[in-house]
Amino acid sequence: LGLALYACSLCAVSGATLLYHDYCVIGAGPAGLQVAYFLQQAGRDYIVFERSHAPGSFFALYPRHRKLISINKQYTGKSNSEFNLRHDWNSLLSHDRRLLFRRYSRDFFPNADTMVRYLEDFASLLELRVQYNTAIIHVTLEQNEQAWNGHYFLLTDQDRKNYKCSSLLVAAGMWVPNVVNFPGSEYVEGYETVSINPEDFAGQTVLILGRGNSAFETAENILGVTNFIHMVSRSRVRLSWATHYVGDLRAINNGLLDTYQLKSLDGLLEGDLEDLAIVKDKKGKLHITLRFYLENRNISAGIDSITLPQDELDNFATRAPYDRVIRCLGWKFDFSIYNRSLRMMPGKGNIKKYPQIKPSYESKGTRGLFVLGTASHSVDFRKSAGGFIHGFRYTTRAVHRLLENRHHGVPWPSTVHPITQLTNSIIKRVNEASGLYQMFSVLADIILLRDNATAFEYLEEYPIGVLAELEMQTGRKARNGLFVIIMEYGRNFSGADKDVFYYNRAVGEAQHAWQSNFLHPVIYYYKRLPTEREMKLRPPDWPLPRPDAIHHIVEDFLTDWTAPNAHILPLRRFLENCLSTDLRNFFAESCFLFAFTHQKLPPSCQQGYMRMQGLVGSQELRHHAVQAGLLQDYTHTDFSGDRLPDSHNGPQEQLMRDHGIPVRPLQHLVNAKDE
Amino acid sequence: MPAQKDRWVSPLLFLLFCASSISRSGSTGLQQEPSPQHYFSGLEAGKASLAFFTHSVSPGAQPFLEQVESSVEALQDYGISVVKVNCPKEDVSRYCGKENALRKAFLFRGNRLIREFPTDALFDVNSIVANVLFALLFNEVKYVETLADLENIENVLKGKSNMVFAYVPATGTAEHRAVMEAAFVYGTIHQFVLTTEAALLKATSHDDPDVSSAWLLFCHCQRATDPGQPCRRTALAQPLTLLNIHRHLKLMGAPLVTEVAEDPEKISTVHLQLGLPLVFILSQKETYEADRRTAEFVAWQLLGKAGVALLSRDLVALNVLHRSNIALKTPDEGMPIQYLVLEDTDEVITLVEDKNKVKQIQEDEQEEEEDEDEKENNNQDIQDDQVVEAVSRDKKRELPLEQILVLTEENFHSSLSEVARTVVLFYASWEAVSLAVLRSYSEVAAQLKGAPGVLLSRVNCWDWPGLCSQENVTQFPTMKIYKEGQQSVTYDGMWGTEELSSFILLSRVSCPLRLATVDEAEGYLRGEFPSELSSHHHTSLLGVFSTATSAAREAFEEAGNILSGHVRMGMYFEDDAMALSRKYSVSPPALLLARSGGRSVEGIALSKHSVQDMVQMIRYELLDIFPEITVSNLPQYLQLGKPFLILFSAGDISQVESKEMLKLAEGRPQQAFVACWLNLKTTPVGHGILRTYFSTTPSLPVLLWVNIHAGGQVFKFPSEQSITQINVLSWLEKLQAGLEIPSSTLSEEDWKPPLPAYDFLQMMEPSVPELSSHTSPRPGDTAAQHPPKSPGGDTAGGDSAIREEPSQESTAEEVGSPGRDLRGTAPRLAARDKQGKRHGEL
Repeated sequence: LGLALYACSLCAVSGATLLYHDYCVIGAGPAGLQVAYFLQQAGRDYIVFERSHAPGSFFALYPRHRKLISINKQYTGKSNSEFNLRHDWNSLLSHDRRLLFRRYSRDFFPNADTMVRYLEDFASLLELRVQYNTAIIHVTLEQNEQAWNGHYFLLTDQDRKNYKCSSLLVAAGMWVPNVVNFPGSEYVEGYETVSINPEDFAGQTVLILGRGNSAFETAENILGVTNFIHMVSRSRVRLSWATHYVGDLRAINNGLLDTYQLKSLDGLLEGDLEDLAIVKDKKGKLHITLRFYLENRNISAGIDSITLPQDELDNFATRAPYDRVIRCLGWKFDFSIYNRSLRMMPGKGNIKKYPQIKPSYESKGTRGLFVLGTASHSVDFRKSAGGFIHGFRYTTRAVHRLLENRHHGVPWPSTVHPITQLTNSIIKRVNEASGLYQMFSVLADIILLRDNATAFEYLEEYPIGVLAELEMQTGRKARNGLFVIIMEYGRNFSGADKDVFYYNRAVGEAQHAWQSNFLHPVIYYYKRLPTEREMKLRPPDWPLPRPDAIHHIVEDFLTDWTAPNAHILPLRRFLENCLSTDLRNFFAESCFLFAFTHQKLPPSCQQGYMRMQGLVGSQELRHHAVQAGLLQDYTHTDFSGDRLPDSHNGPQEQLMRDHGIPVRPLQHLVNAKDE
Repeated sequence: MPAQKDRWVSPLLFLLFCASSISRSGSTGLQQEPSPQHYFSGLEAGKASLAFFTHSVSPGAQPFLEQVESSVEALQDYGISVVKVNCPKEDVSRYCGKENALRKAFLFRGNRLIREFPTDALFDVNSIVANVLFALLFNEVKYVETLADLENIENVLKGKSNMVFAYVPATGTAEHRAVMEAAFVYGTIHQFVLTTEAALLKATSHDDPDVSSAWLLFCHCQRATDPGQPCRRTALAQPLTLLNIHRHLKLMGAPLVTEVAEDPEKISTVHLQLGLPLVFILSQKETYEADRRTAEFVAWQLLGKAGVALLSRDLVALNVLHRSNIALKTPDEGMPIQYLVLEDTDEVITLVEDKNKVKQIQEDEQEEEEDEDEKENNNQDIQDDQVVEAVSRDKKRELPLEQILVLTEENFHSSLSEVARTVVLFYASWEAVSLAVLRSYSEVAAQLKGAPGVLLSRVNCWDWPGLCSQENVTQFPTMKIYKEGQQSVTYDGMWGTEELSSFILLSRVSCPLRLATVDEAEGYLRGEFPSELSSHHHTSLLGVFSTATSAAREAFEEAGNILSGHVRMGMYFEDDAMALSRKYSVSPPALLLARSGGRSVEGIALSKHSVQDMVQMIRYELLDIFPEITVSNLPQYLQLGKPFLILFSAGDISQVESKEMLKLAEGRPQQAFVACWLNLKTTPVGHGILRTYFSTTPSLPVLLWVNIHAGGQVFKFPSEQSITQINVLSWLEKLQAGLEIPSSTLSEEDWKPPLPAYDFLQMMEPSVPELSSHTSPRPGDTAAQHPPKSPGGDTAGGDSAIREEPSQESTAEEVGSPGRDLRGTAPRLAARDKQGKRHGEL
């Protein structure tokens, strides 16, 4: 209340010139709208600024060839809405079932216009507060001890109108084209403006700079009409099916790889674009040369005086002149609008296009400034899906939950269950959770154990990068140990140069589950919360520090981890051994026997039978259990009662035999699923 | 057992080691001396040596030589060197000159000849060691031939020291050697006496001993005071080996009775260390002297078989039955101390002797069990959850679910609004307990087929997670009953067909059911119900309220909501309620309970008006006084937290017993226990209980007192007594006074994981260095960026800069190096390092 009053007095003082909101969101793209939805649901004071007149302005232009490469699966054979989000890469999260992307398009790879329409609907149907035609051109800080973060954010739009916010959520995306400067780069056309009409390229020879999806998408479009296309970039091509990273070259765009490898004139080359130079001859043809040939030479001196590589080396690869050179080098974050005091710094190395942020998505330079959406991809660049709608819709939710706890005292949502539900809770989530699946190795479900491990608290989709800060970030206590559930690919399986189709790539047996290669659930057990230091010193390639125990659920061809013996049983054994208890289920009759013969009861009897919720079981089931040697049948006992040892051993052996038979013949099916 | 052996082998080994370390300083193996002169000049005073003299070629002595060589080491343990002296040809001195001397071995101490042995007396290692030690220990080991000699020695020793008397059938045997070796160690402590005379053995023992085997008696002469009486003797029961003799002497040396004033759990004596049990005589101040005498008596009887300790109960607070007088502690780790009430000393002795026998058998069995355990360790992948296994064995059978409506997110709300009352089972199709309940639910559907006003339906939460979380389903399975315009009721009872149907049927009628007239109310109490309620056979309940008592009535209605489906509840609050209640001598607000079909009606005044109290009171009042315990009703009675007095019966109990037990149950106003009975015909699992208590089913009926909540002791009512109120009550009194011994105790075991899990952490660890070596670059490439990786992954803190962004760094690396690897094969436009040569590749 105090805050609200304060905020109001602030409005009054500043009058019309300074508009105050608790949360300001820059950009009404997918991430901006997504966070607006969560803020709206929580009843927060927020505003979204959008420079265009409609949401999703990036998608109004890009991709140029209008085909989205995020899949839009119509059918999965399942009605589970959470599970289906695993195969819906375009929808944003909301409670509104109308806002599922498959209701907008039937295309597996939908048109970008559909995305624009979808985002418009998302903003209007949910009545999100978006202020259009407002381009924020400057952001600065105003120190104030009473502010949430010790400062307010002051935003200025193109009309010099000022806005004041306590928290700034940057969802501005990545829209500044990456440009390389080299001699002759003025002859290069940009992806943003190049013609998308194939006829404009008929009979031309084209050089494309870049090797991302935009480059291949451009090539794909003109492949059929050009003489040939060459593509140049610094690093080798990375195929998404080899790297398991959706940002790498997707199979839908890779037609040029085909024509290159089949020697149909097109080709790929590696080289640093910084070393390049282009000279134009009198006929307007573009020749490739190297920058160091041009050093100390005047480029305007004319083509004849410039050395071309083929002058020295007559088989130089790109000696043929080009009609056009197209730059498709991707995008970078717009750092220009932030005042120096915000210290919005670019990352280092291959993430220099992104602003520096912490694993909690908060800026490294400014407290209270969070980066959402594509621009937040530095956290999991080339690893997970945080740069794409199907990934950042979950990280955005996570950021919102962090904010709710930090500023409004609303702890991270959790549910409390009795320990008997532990195995079930995990199985349920690993089978349907979409956030865990899409943001593998980035978002994790956390199970916090309560006293004596009789109950537990379940937290969904927490960013594991800030695991050490869990208590502070969620408002939940982790005093009695915790389980962390994430999904992982095999550590040494994916990579640009890896053969991902080798024989026996799939593991079929639960005991070898740790060698699973495809995405599979992994459960880490810690007796206490890892510290910041342990997080830093974790083994290379490990998403988390060394746990006290670890369990892998063996990879599954159908990603269906509900098999009682291969998936659930080993998981139960793992949980039992971590907690040092017996998590088996028992029929009421067994609990009855235990109640009279044991001073302590197993959890399932304690929490079920003893609360008058015992599992009586039908006749057939009890009969099956008796046959399996797991339940004693006393109905036919004679009163001498000497049969006990025999009658117990017999079925036990029976059980082992029964198991032996079905497992073996299936082995080859399990192991080599695609052979 | 091996562990125990180690425990008492080690001191002996230590002794032997001490003995040997003295002599080991010299060279090992057979010493060679070039000449007798050389040999004699080198002899040290006091040091024993066994020498034999030989011309370089002496074929006859060859087998003897082999034996001597193999005994060298054994003799060296006792500081005796074995020397072969070569006789020069011309030597005609005492040892070399005579042909006769060459067939003998000579034992010297210093240069004094002690004994000469004919080589045929030294036929093997045992005989060599035995004979040599026998000669050396001439003073320590007396050889006797007659009883008189023995008695003389005994008399001399009385009051001074103890005697070890050994009989060996012949000298030079293994037994002889063992005795001599023991004498070497203990000779200064005890007087050793040896004989080979069978007659002497016969004279010293009571029964007829087997003269063909060796005997050893320990004679307690130190304590003996009466010169006329022989010393007490304790025979060694095991074969004569060095270990056994050592152990025996050790035991004999221990104090006869140890007095202790400590928790028996913490006590350890030489007996326990040697693998023998320890008997505690529990004593009190008043009886101390007598107890001490008893202890000594028992100790003499058990000498060599068990230790005896006298424990003063006044000094140690023991949490055991007051009557217990004996405690038995076994050497096995983790075995609890047994506290017993024994009548006389013979029982103590048989107890110990039986224990030893049992232990023998157990050891054999244990080995077998261990084998089985090992096998089972490989059974991690075999299902040991009875519910999961039963369900998966049943999965092929198609369930008759046609009667059950399938609800989805789409039709859920519309279906609920169509029918007045919908039962919904929320379940997960992959979850075993859900599927087990679904089977019962399908049986319910078959039973209730055609029952009006009931619609059974189900929601698979694996298909519709949103619906389930919206309906607040947090665990599987959950059953709810949705009534039009009312809050849904969540089922919280047993997942059995009977219980489910009864709940569903009872839920059809509002709870409590409002009765309009006195006649209706009376009829209700007589058992005339609306048809929907008639299926329920239990006690019915009628709340009677005057029009003024609205608070109590509202609480009662609320309680009815909570108990809905479990209890048949009626309510009457018309003007003439007073008249109705007065008939049962209570005034409103009151509860009328009609038990057993209305044959008796009981009135209870309602004093508490909180809903919770009322629910609890109703639940309590509905419990039977002398119930038949079944699988489904046990938890209700367990919740009372009282011990059980339970009569196990094969079939119905007799009228007489039933009457007596009922008297017992009703006898005490504040019941201190739950009196109940169990019908083994209807609850066959009762057999399992009895077998756990008594290992076989005892003769029935059997009356037991089970301390279910405290201590877990089980007491059996003496079968020879008839079950009458008086007998049982007096038994219970004795029991409470701690005068009875429990027949069994409920296992205190914790519920640990039944089997270990796969240790993936351990499996992954060896692979970590392998992993890093695989991705690490060639020397000279980018080695500087890759710190050496330790197997555990704990790299020193120095390189944390790299670790800050491990993902990016490592992926960048992966991209970088393989790209470079392909330099030769992929055409390159331009190289980063500007060398003219590079262009050749383009």
